[in-house]
Amino acid sequence: MPDVSALEACLDEILEVEFTFRNTAQPAREIACLSEIERNYVINWVRRVASTNVELGYQYACHVVRARAGMEREQVEAWALHAMDTYDREGLRPALQVILQLDDFVRISREKATGCQLQENERVLRVFLHGLSGRKLKIEAAEQAYTDTETLFLPPLLAHLSTPEQNFLLYKVMIAGLWAQTRFGTFRVGLSETLAAQNDPERTLQLFHCLETLRLEAVIARELPGLHRQLGVIRRAIGEAALPSAWERLKAKVSAADCTASDVLAIVCRMPRDVAPFAPFAYQGILLPATADACIAARLEREKILFKVKLKMLEDELGGPSGERQEDTGRSGRFGKREKRVGEMSELMQVELLLDDKPMPLPDDVSQLMSSIILDLGEIPDEYLEPAGPGDYDPAILQQKNAPDDDVWSGSYHEEGALLYQEWDFRRQHYRKSWCAVREKRIEPIYDDFAGQTLEKYSGLVKHLRKTFEAMRDENRMLKRQTQGDDVDLDALVEALADAKDGREMSDRLFSRQHRAERNIAVVFMVDMSGSTKGWINLAEKESLVLLCEALETLGDRYAIYGFSSISRKRCELYHVKHFDEPYDSEARARISGILPQDYTRMGFAIRHLSALLQEVDARTRVLITLSDGKPDDYDGYRGEYGIEDTRRALLEARRRGIHPYCITIDEEARDYLPHLYGPAAYTLIDEVWALPLKVSDIYRRLTS
Amino acid sequence: MQPKIVKLDEYLVVDEPFYQAGGDEVEIFESSYRNGLPVLLKGPTGCGKTRFMEYMAWRLQRPLITVSCHDDLTASDLVGRYLIKGGETTWVDGPLTQAVRSGGICYLDEIVEARKDTMVVIHPLADDRRVLPMEKLGMLIEAPPEFCLAISYNPGYQSVLKDLKQSTRQRFVALEFDYPKPDLEAAIVARESGLDRERAELLVRFAAMTRNLKGSGLEEGASTRLLVHAAKLIAAGVAPVSACRSAIAQALTDDHEMLAAVNELSSAIF
Ligand SMILES: Nc1ncnc2c1ncn2[C@@H]1O[C@H](COP(=O)(O)OP(=O)(O)O)[C@@H](O)[C@H]1O
Ligand SMILES: [Mg+2]
Repeated sequence: MPDVSALEACLDEILEVEFTFRNTAQPAREIACLSEIERNYVINWVRRVASTNVELGYQYACHVVRARAGMEREQVEAWALHAMDTYDREGLRPALQVILQLDDFVRISREKATGCQLQENERVLRVFLHGLSGRKLKIEAAEQAYTDTETLFLPPLLAHLSTPEQNFLLYKVMIAGLWAQTRFGTFRVGLSETLAAQNDPERTLQLFHCLETLRLEAVIARELPGLHRQLGVIRRAIGEAALPSAWERLKAKVSAADCTASDVLAIVCRMPRDVAPFAPFAYQGILLPATADACIAARLEREKILFKVKLKMLEDELGGPSGERQEDTGRSGRFGKREKRVGEMSELMQVELLLDDKPMPLPDDVSQLMSSIILDLGEIPDEYLEPAGPGDYDPAILQQKNAPDDDVWSGSYHEEGALLYQEWDFRRQHYRKSWCAVREKRIEPIYDDFAGQTLEKYSGLVKHLRKTFEAMRDENRMLKRQTQGDDVDLDALVEALADAKDGREMSDRLFSRQHRAERNIAVVFMVDMSGSTKGWINLAEKESLVLLCEALETLGDRYAIYGFSSISRKRCELYHVKHFDEPYDSEARARISGILPQDYTRMGFAIRHLSALLQEVDARTRVLITLSDGKPDDYDGYRGEYGIEDTRRALLEARRRGIHPYCITIDEEARDYLPHLYGPAAYTLIDEVWALPLKVSDIYRRLTS
Repeated sequence: MQPKIVKLDEYLVVDEPFYQAGGDEVEIFESSYRNGLPVLLKGPTGCGKTRFMEYMAWRLQRPLITVSCHDDLTASDLVGRYLIKGGETTWVDGPLTQAVRSGGICYLDEIVEARKDTMVVIHPLADDRRVLPMEKLGMLIEAPPEFCLAISYNPGYQSVLKDLKQSTRQRFVALEFDYPKPDLEAAIVARESGLDRERAELLVRFAAMTRNLKGSGLEEGASTRLLVHAAKLIAAGVAPVSACRSAIAQALTDDHEMLAAVNELSSAIF
């Protein structure tokens, strides 16, 4: 038995009892009864939880022994992590609930073990949904399953059935059911108006939902026979009751291939009073006509304008300047349409768009827009074919979707429109999920010929750099004495002939060949725009970027430049200087000049975001070069060891994704933590502008040789 | 030294290939051919471009020489090079030269994959000069009227590196290919694989689903070629969902979640 008071002292230290008067005697006594290994394990976790919040750590210490009695280590860890994640997301009170309601956690984790979670399967389900035809629908979590015709709302966890696989199937069937509503006209029949005219709208709605579900099941049986079979499997596993016989007869009626949602509504309105709705199927969810109507109304207006605007753009592109049309014969009448019904899924119109009576190829976004409109209206009405220019509509309608990007504090969690990245918490030894809200911002360009002046200032160096980089470009070597090649290697041939004359064996290595190291590199430069670069470092960054771009242009490789800065995890900002596909032109030069010191230096998010960007580029070699003063630092605790460990971690992640990270630190003195910070990357320290492009050329050479 | 002339009978397409036309491509190709204009076939992989060329070669009764371009293909690979035998150097024509000399059809598949210097060789052939410069031999050969140059190009994978230059594309009559309309595609799949029409139709429906995913996780949807592969497996007794998995899904992606999702789609169909 260890010394209880020593344990108590240890807990006091971890839990800062000195300042808080927490009573650690009880947890210390409990923990003292554990084996030594177990004791150390528990204390370690108390420390990790307390690093997030001491009160949370204290409650954890008070409950962990009981928890450990009933759960495996893995589960106890999941419990602690869940509490910390909850703290990150919702604050102390809900996190404490997780600790205190240990029994709930046990129950829910049991459900999760057999159930299926939306979050974990979201991507697969979403891709499945997008594979089904029609509008690109979104998926979101909600208590009950329903759709507003743009988003499918689904419960976060399904545990009706006994295995995760079966519960996954239930999701799949739910999705297909809701998708079918949007795809096969459930909301195209003026449901709300008809219901309003009924004596008992609530009952009529229920009846309609029942019968419409049966109709759509028949449609699914025709369109997705495999899925219909899976529906049967689910139904048997749940043990769903058979339909009442009256409904069986109705089902036969609405299963006909030509039965539409309007037919269903007509039947329902004529139904005798004594027909009762059947108990809803587990997969069917609820029907909210008013919610759908509001969504449709807004969309109709938006898409009508958008479609006309797109037509205008197409017209300008295709029939524009080279077309022989006169300005004032006007825009009307050039577009036409041809409608036809083909194939099986054919209660929908297929519309071909015509320009001057000839069918025209449509960009993907336009054909998607068109199918969305057809889903709502059943056709493309004639007035939609009139292109619209600026001035013909209120631009606010089109903008409604893109919230203004500077208004970052709006939205419930200050994260609307931001990308979320995780961050490594070394004390917790775990990631903080969705921790950093990252946004791309624009730099205000400054047209002051900064680039020109820099080139002049370093004209000697520029010449040298051009040569260095040009030499790399022409790294084509003539390979001699090859067995195959474009040219005969005369020296080799002469030797070989001489050998042959002397009766020796003739070599077959008689050709020469051009060896071209065709570089296929993509490089991102990540430039520190934090306040700590103010002064010579900022100037050095900008000047070296100008020199670099000048040099890189001679190579013709792809490169992109982004600045980064932050104020707390909720405002992590990447400033666009040059995208991969953008030319290095006067605009880009003005943006380099516009690189000005902003706020703090959170490095992890920038590395993670730019790594993700790099991975999307089609290149054989991907390189991330960071330019900073090497001091990760943000005011919400991102400093010292925390910032260093997260930055290090992000570099490691980049490495694992096959990216070559290089860190260039601009500073006058080397700091002793740099080797650790940049452990996973190659790094170098420079203290003068001219050194930077040369370092980069070294990096290039190392990569291509 | 005397250039060796290659016999081209082996490149003649003897039996009529099965080609299901989707529009007026056959007529347009024929008139381009008669007018000595080069042709560019645009379209995703596996939608019938190669088959179309075989069919046209058969119709026009000209030898067809196909070169699949790749990133090591140089101008010499097309034009020809010296070989050394027993101390003698001999010139050997490359496929493009063979096609020019014999008045055949040269089809350069996936032209953007080739090295940029190969374009320099085809440009003079693709305008009204219709000549092939043979730098190594120091001569120009004039293409006979029967010669025809066709190239293909997949606009789907546009990237800065792999785009067809304006200076190239503006020399060609362009034919746009796409996956055939559903009923035609089902007919093609059934005919090519021997699978019954009903299941061929289901496969085509599955293909449409994967094509909906272009841009949301897949670079390309299932091509007609992949459908034919899957259909052959199914006709040989493989369960449809497994056939779709092996012959289609695995060919489209390595991403586990995408594979899972594509499998969910095929199991929703079959
Ligand atoms: N229109 C068509 N007629 C006949 N077969 C076709 C057609 N389109 C595609 N196919 C089938 O698809 C396969 C792949 O087509 P292919 O011509 O090789 O594609 P591409 O050259 O466009 O990559 C062919 O072998 C054939 O089985
Ligand atoms: Mg800083």
